[in-house]
This record gives sequence, structure tokens and C-alpha cells, in this order.
Amino acid sequence: MVRFILKRLGLALITLWLLSVIVFALGQVLPSDPARSILGPLAAPSAVRALDHQLGVDKPVLTQYWNWITNFPGTSNQYQAPIGPILTSALGRSLKLAIFALIILVPLGIVGGVISALNAGKPIDRTISVVGQSMLTVPEFVSGIILLVVFAVELGWLPVTATAPPGSSFLTQLKYLILPVIPLVMVLFGYIARMARVGTIEALDSDYARTATLKGLPRGVMIRRHVLRNSLMPTITVIATQTGYLIGGLLVVEVLFRYNGVGELTYNASIQHDIPMLEACVLTIGVVYMVVTLVADITFSLLNPRIRLKAAE
Amino acid sequence: MSIVDIPVEDAGVLAAGRREIRRDVFRELLRSPTFIVGVIVLSIWIICAIFGAAIAPHSPYAQNLEEINKAPSSAHLFGTDQLGRDMLSRVIVGVRDVMIIAPLATLLGTVLGTAIGLLMGYFRGAVDDVLGRFVEAFLAIPVVVLGVIALPTLGRSNLVLIIVIGLVFTPLIARTVRAAVLLERELDYVAAARLRGERAPYIMFVEILPNVFAPIMVEFTVRLAYAIYAILTLTFLGLGVQPPSPDWGLDIAANYGVVPAGYWWEVLFDAIAIATLVVSITLISDSVQGALEG
Repeated sequence: MVRFILKRLGLALITLWLLSVIVFALGQVLPSDPARSILGPLAAPSAVRALDHQLGVDKPVLTQYWNWITNFPGTSNQYQAPIGPILTSALGRSLKLAIFALIILVPLGIVGGVISALNAGKPIDRTISVVGQSMLTVPEFVSGIILLVVFAVELGWLPVTATAPPGSSFLTQLKYLILPVIPLVMVLFGYIARMARVGTIEALDSDYARTATLKGLPRGVMIRRHVLRNSLMPTITVIATQTGYLIGGLLVVEVLFRYNGVGELTYNASIQHDIPMLEACVLTIGVVYMVVTLVADITFSLLNPRIRLKAAE
Repeated sequence: MSIVDIPVEDAGVLAAGRREIRRDVFRELLRSPTFIVGVIVLSIWIICAIFGAAIAPHSPYAQNLEEINKAPSSAHLFGTDQLGRDMLSRVIVGVRDVMIIAPLATLLGTVLGTAIGLLMGYFRGAVDDVLGRFVEAFLAIPVVVLGVIALPTLGRSNLVLIIVIGLVFTPLIARTVRAAVLLERELDYVAAARLRGERAPYIMFVEILPNVFAPIMVEFTVRLAYAIYAILTLTFLGLGVQPPSPDWGLDIAANYGVVPAGYWWEVLFDAIAIATLVVSITLISDSVQGALEG
């Protein structure tokens, strides 16, 4: 087991290093003139050169990569301030949005999948699957706009932005987050429901489920005690692999609802050509994705005796 | 019977069998209501993409400053936008760019992804490990985030959009193809080809490729819906299709600022159009997948 985890960790570190190289390479390709963009178009060429030297952008690429990694996350050109605190607070706000989305999404997806599985082949199963699949590719800004038009503008039930006035109570903040969360839930519902459905059908078909039924356990108890636990296994993996989509969705939703999370930060850094900020944001997003996948992988193997025992061999 | 005889004799039988399966899949698709609905909706949009300018009641570009922000009426069924342009015409013509970019981007990703997936699955070992790490690293960056970095850099044109989305899809498709190839390469016909002394490229592209075609087709239709998703999302963010194209994502981006003022028709019809297009493709790919795996 320890060897399995160590191997996973090792692979994750290699991927992380590759990711940092990719992000750095992207930053190198970007046509940026950092000193010029800081000093403005009227600055003297000598001043620009001096600042370029101070920023280290005139050094060899490998030196620059080393400086970038050792000084991570560095200083933002746009804000002229260390990136660390800005990024951390944005990350916190995005996390709030993401967790709220997951709290609604996961139970909803699992319930949808289990209902589908218990009615496999019936119209309700088809409906849940077709609706889930269809919502999967409807862009977040599209469902977001429709929700905005209906619930914020026409009915006036909910606010049009996601950022609550400073000092608002927890419930008020929650109210501001309802509309932005729904598009995220819609996009990911289909995946989770599908995996929960597959898991439940497998569990229902299994020998232990049949044994439980044959020994006279009521169907409800059998499903709760024997089927549900097993049907949740694949769902863990899916939640982890969908983190990437969730983050991409966050970016769009944050821009649409004007919420200053890490998605909007990335977007603004890109628009403003703030390369250090952009690199820091993208690498952070990559790290978050990889940590979540890794944790899910390890949790999955801890819960699954087949992988646990195989790894121990 | 020598090894050389077998493929010659069986080739016709195999091809006939494959045709039979294809006919079955097709018959099953025609019986599926989701497939029919998907095809009808998609056909409407394809017609709009090709003949849009002829169908549209007004020019999608014609501004009329006396008719700005008009609510839907008999003169303008979908209302007019901030420049007095007819929204119905803009929705009809707005499908064109997406319908050109999405299939080309998906095709690019499918071709590259298939090639890399074949290499990874066939050679396994070091090739698989090295390419696999790159695929993993790329997968850690969400599509939209990658677009947000790459597009301002490489310039915002439809060609760049095709290349970026194609490249983003490459690792995803490679992963699917690799999994399919891993199963195929253990089969006898691959061993037979190897014993005949065929070279690796021949085995990969002539022997294995036709047999992993079904998963590739499914992947293509699934990715097509995602390509539309990605293109429209990036366009909404101002990074995709550029003005003055009457594009759905672009129109929503330009008009969503006036939604709080009550001009909902300037974004709602575009949003519904996008939803119907992606849902129609999803319905088709879902049915194809169901029929093939049936």
C-alpha cells in the first residue's frame, strides 16, 4: 500500500514538473514586454532596459525558469504587488463557490444515478440520462444567461452579481451564490449521475446483492446497506476527474457573474498580459487539479480491497 | 492452409460482416427518437449555416438607430439589439462560424489524437510512459483556461481557434484510442501481421486503425459538442470569433451588460440557439454510442 502511494506521488511530481515547464514555456511564447508595460509607452529605452535587467527577463531561459520556480509565485506586473496574497484570497473565494456547487451537485447526481439504475430501461431512466447528457455540453455562460434573465431580471428573486456587499451575513452570501452555482451543477450532473447509475447497476447484479435479497432482506434495506456503498465507488473517481471542468466552469461563471475568484483573476491576467500572474494562476489550477486527482486515487484504492490487496503483493 | 491464405479468403466475409453490422446500427438509429430529434435540429442549423443570409428576414449587419433595443414584435420577431440590428437575422446567420470551426478543430484533434494513441497503445513501454506523462500534464489545465492563455498570445483568429482546440483535444482522444489499441494489439490478426513481417506503421494504420474506428467515431461526435462548447465559451470571453461576425457567443458578450435594464431578448434567443445546437449533437452522439455498443 505504501509503495502504491509512493509510486503515485512520484508520478504526480513528474507530472507537476512537466506542467511547470509547459506553463513556463507558454509564458515565454507570450509576446510580452514587461518593463515597457510597467513603465508605459513614453519611458526612455534605457529605463526599460534597466528594469528588464532588474526583472531578470534578459537572462538565459534556464536561469529565468530557475528564478521563477525558486521565487514562486513572484510579483504581479498589473498590481505591482506580490502575487501570493492576491492569489490566496481569490482561491479562497473560488473554493467557496466550488464547495457550494459540490454540496448540491454530489447528492443530486448520486440520487439521479440511483433512481436511473433502479428503473433501468424505463422512461425515467432514459429521461435522466438524456437530460444529464444534454446539459453536459451546454456552456455555463448559456445556462447562466438564461437563469440571469429569468430569475434575476424578470422575476427579481436573486441578485445579478455573485459578490455580496462586504460584511454580509453567511446566508446573504449564499443567496448571491445560488445563481452562479446552478450552471456548474448542470454541467457536471450528467457525469456523476451516469457513473452512479453504472455503479448501482453493477452492485444490483452482484452475488452479494442477490444473497441479501434471497435471505429475505427488504429491498430498501438491501439497497441502503449493500448497493449504495458500492455504487458510490466509481463516483469518487468521477468527481475528481471532473475538477478540471469545474475549474474551467468557474472561470466562465466568475466572469459572467463578476465574482473575483481565481478564474476571473486568470482571465484578467490574460487580458492584461500580466504574465507572472497568469503563470502563477495556471500552475496553481494545475496543482489543485492534480492534488484532487491524487487524493481521489488514493482514497479509491483505500476503499477498494481489490486494488489495496493487489498493491500489497 | 498457409497463413498467407487466410486473410485473402476471409477478407470478403469479414467485409460483408462489417457491412451487415453497419446496416444494423443504422436501422437501430432510425428507430431511436432521440437520434431523429437530434438530426432534425442539427439539419436546421446546418441549413442556416449554409443559406443563412438568404433565409434571414433582414441583414444581420444593418444598423437602424431609430429601432434600437426594441422588444420582440411582428416586425422583429426576436427584437433588435443596441445598434438596432434584427436579432432573428443575427441568430440565423450566427451559427455559421461555429459550424465551420468546430468540425475542423475536432477533425484536427481526432487525427492527431488517433496517431498518438496508436503509437502509445502499440509500442507501450517508454513511448507510452513519456507521452502519457505529457497527456496527464496537459489534462491538468482545463480547456477554457488553456484557451485563455493561448489565444491572446497567438492572435485571435478562427484559424488559431481551430488549432488551439484541436491541440487541446489531442491528448483526450489519444487516451481513448490508446485504450482501444491496447485491447486490439493482443488479438491474433495483429500477431499474424507481425509474423508476416509487416512493419509497425502498416500494422498500426492498416490493420489496427479500421478496428478501432467505432470508438474514434463516438469520440469524434462527443468532442464535436465540446468543441462548440469551447468555441462559444472562448468567444463569450472575447477570445474566439471576433466582431463584426454575427456570432452567438459574441452577441451574448456584447449584450449581457444591458440585460439588467430589461433587454432580455438581446441574449436569450442566442442562448437558446446555442443550447439547441449542442443538445442536438449530444442526442446524436448518445444514440450512436448506444447503437454501436448496443
